[in-house]
Amino acid sequence: MIELKDIRKAFNQGRDNEFHALNGIDLHLPAQRVTAFRGPSGSGKTTLLSIIGCLSRPTSGRVRLKERDISGLPERFLTDIRRQTFGFVFQQFNLIKGLSALENVMLPAYPLGGDWHELRESAERLLGDLRLSHRRQARVEWLSGGEQQRVAIARALINDPEVIIADEPTANLDSALAMEFMDILEKLSAGGKTIILTSHDPLVVDSAIVHQVVDMRDGRVVRHLAMAEASA
Amino acid sequence: MIFQSAIIALLLASLVCVGLLIGSAPYAVDIIRHWNINSGSEKQLLLERRTYLLSTLLGFVFATQLVALLLFVFNADKMSSMFVGAMCAVGTLNVNAFGFPALFAQIVVFFLAASWLVINHVDTRACDYPLVRIKYILLLALLPLLLVAAALQWRYFLGLKADVITSCCGSLFSEDAKGLSGDAAAAPLLPTMIAFYATLALAAGAGFFYRLRQRGAYFVALFSMLAFIVAMAGILSFVSLYIYEHPHHHCPFCVLKPEYDYQGYWLYLPLFIGTAAGLGVGAIQPFARIASLTSIVPAVARKLATLAGVMWLLFAAVASFMIVNSRLVLLAG
Amino acid sequence: MHAWIAKQQYLIDFTLSSLARRKAKNFGLLLVYTLIVFLLASVMLFTHALRHEAAHLLEGAPEVVLQRMVAGRHDLIPPGYLERLGRIRGVQHKEGRLWGYYYDPVVKANYTFMVPGKENIATGTLVVGAGLARARGLAVGNVISFRSYAGNLFPFSVARILPQDSELVSADLVLMSEGDFRRFFDIAPGYFTDIALSVANPLEVRNVATKLAQQFPDSRPILREEILRTYESIFNWREGIVLALASLAILAFAIFAWEKASGLSAEEKREIGILKAIGWETGDVIKMKFWEGALVSLAAFLIGYVAAYLHVFRFSSALFTPVLKGWAVLYPRFELTPVIDGFQVATLFFFTVFPYAAATLVPIWRAAITDPDSVMR
Repeated sequence: MIELKDIRKAFNQGRDNEFHALNGIDLHLPAQRVTAFRGPSGSGKTTLLSIIGCLSRPTSGRVRLKERDISGLPERFLTDIRRQTFGFVFQQFNLIKGLSALENVMLPAYPLGGDWHELRESAERLLGDLRLSHRRQARVEWLSGGEQQRVAIARALINDPEVIIADEPTANLDSALAMEFMDILEKLSAGGKTIILTSHDPLVVDSAIVHQVVDMRDGRVVRHLAMAEASA
Repeated sequence: MIFQSAIIALLLASLVCVGLLIGSAPYAVDIIRHWNINSGSEKQLLLERRTYLLSTLLGFVFATQLVALLLFVFNADKMSSMFVGAMCAVGTLNVNAFGFPALFAQIVVFFLAASWLVINHVDTRACDYPLVRIKYILLLALLPLLLVAAALQWRYFLGLKADVITSCCGSLFSEDAKGLSGDAAAAPLLPTMIAFYATLALAAGAGFFYRLRQRGAYFVALFSMLAFIVAMAGILSFVSLYIYEHPHHHCPFCVLKPEYDYQGYWLYLPLFIGTAAGLGVGAIQPFARIASLTSIVPAVARKLATLAGVMWLLFAAVASFMIVNSRLVLLAG
Repeated sequence: MHAWIAKQQYLIDFTLSSLARRKAKNFGLLLVYTLIVFLLASVMLFTHALRHEAAHLLEGAPEVVLQRMVAGRHDLIPPGYLERLGRIRGVQHKEGRLWGYYYDPVVKANYTFMVPGKENIATGTLVVGAGLARARGLAVGNVISFRSYAGNLFPFSVARILPQDSELVSADLVLMSEGDFRRFFDIAPGYFTDIALSVANPLEVRNVATKLAQQFPDSRPILREEILRTYESIFNWREGIVLALASLAILAFAIFAWEKASGLSAEEKREIGILKAIGWETGDVIKMKFWEGALVSLAAFLIGYVAAYLHVFRFSSALFTPVLKGWAVLYPRFELTPVIDGFQVATLFFFTVFPYAAATLVPIWRAAITDPDSVMR
């Protein structure tokens, strides 16, 4: 699905505070598998996640998505690919306050300009699947943490992406809600989605649904573990 | 100078547009020198972001030029009561030597800016931005022209003096006047009409032919340019007569007046859109062989060629409608 | 095409809700914006209506007026001039006129005394303008006395008061009979203030004027079209001056708009970051912001223009009557005929929306290039 070749990312190039977040990453992320990145903060896992998800471009190195080299693409086209391929769940949920749950879920589809009724239907269906039908008109800031995350998941799924990317998805949840989130992930994985996440929560990385764990430190991959027992 | 709100508005607009373009010139130079699509360096990312700014700026300047062109003609028409001998825009533009050059420069800038935006549009649809350098070199080439247009406008407005006696459309476009416009007005009717319709048919035909076969793009541009000139001559020599229902009133501006129900806009709108679209077809043609543009250029050109064809037909239809509906009879039998 | 329209609808939809979510901030901007439009639109509508009014009044004025000059000063037309005029071709009608000024020390104002050409006024009676009637508290039937320049007191009774609708020029007008006029100002029969000529063909006016100048070297012909032209440039000039002064206000407004557009709150920055992270592109954000500006401009423009319209045509331009109208003591109180002109709306648009758009371009772009991965940091 995704191949990374010697990925490097530098910030503040040519200045005193120049720093290298990624120092040559080579990695293959197979389709329809769950991959977890693990490492201390500052290890570069979030930067790597944003490169994988086409949120930013590597300073050097090659990214191949489904056999297509996308490293040199300008933002306009990266965004296009991102919209079709990836759905994002962020640590802070990043919902837009003041809008209803339904509107938040529909937002990623706005630039595509599809039919409004169809869009609304699929948003309602997604919220229904995540047991949020009764809260769909509520403003997101009135929702509980668990509900907010489910809205964020519904939003990630609205454009029917092949890959779900989650950055520290359980960091703001208690154990019960974290378990619930893992259940949802399991269903998505079983439904054929590729899932890529970062976490240092053992509940996530040691979970049975994770197929491979990548340990990172100082912008390098230090260990790449394939979980044999987790084959679905 | 005559102190008047529309003049102040036009001068302000030209000042802001020139300022914006001069301000963006260093960015354009930076892009021309350092652009490297394959690099992921911060410099390249910055340049890429600036392309958004420059596109937006150019779009803004272009839109402003369009409105300014309208306001310019509008204003010239309004001011006619302030000059002895002026009855409409022609008289006002004739008050000093910079009136008509300013108008022509503005029209040229308008068409060139439109072509640039078409090139820009094509470029941003190809995933490797193949025309970035060319585009910004063209932008830098456009800059002096815009400066000239702005300077002419300033000279014209600053040189306006209300006590000047000017000559108006009656003398400028009359049959016995010397020069190109007089010739157009004095041209024999039937051959002029035939040339008028033949050129319009060519321009529209070239547009539709391109739509069908994707061939002859330069002809679309060439015929559109030709049709623009011939159409202006046609308006001068006979279309205006039919609108005014007066056998000797040759004027391209009076048709815009409320006395004639603003009929001119119905003529000029398709005329300008058709010309801009036709020129756009030609403007992107040199880049049709670039690998990433092989499918984009024909697709965009096809749309533009269709638009041009439709506009030329519309123009011919509007002109014919005005001629048929007129009570004036120039061609007996 | 359909997807493009749908996309714009989505963007407008989002923009409206985002404007509604930041009422306080946007209300301030809208208020200032509207105020600017209101101010400029008032000036433009007002001067345009005045210009219109003046042109309308002059429609009834004679094409050519002949004045006799003595030592460079306007003097009375001596007897015989009117008869000698008869032979000029193109002159349709000619008439000697009697009019003059009178200073009334009671209200410290100048009146215009005049003998009407068509109307006959009975000896000993007056027809007065509404402004004068107001200032002196006159009603029909009242008696008013004027002391002539020779020192004699002349009592008159008021026969009629002129209607209000033409008050801009008739506020200080006093109409009287020819006999009264000659007695009051001590003007011998046969003498006139000036001569009015009507010329049917507008193309002949200049020829007539040239002939007049040749035939009466001691006189000067004044053409109506020249007066019109003078009026036009005076009104344009006044409007221009006001607008030039207002350009400071426009500049301040542009800076204000720039600041509002670039001073994004942390919340707004986060929102744009989120939009970009979930799949909006820089171009989409710019378009969204464009719609925001367009909607704010449209609202400000409409509200400001309508308010200015009401101000000028319903409330008699209460805010700047003393500044623009003139220096006369007897302020005319009048209602202008509403005139709206597309050209003027376009000019106004250039003075308000254009600076706003130009000022917000760069801030919008700055906001739109927020890194999509900023929300992950």
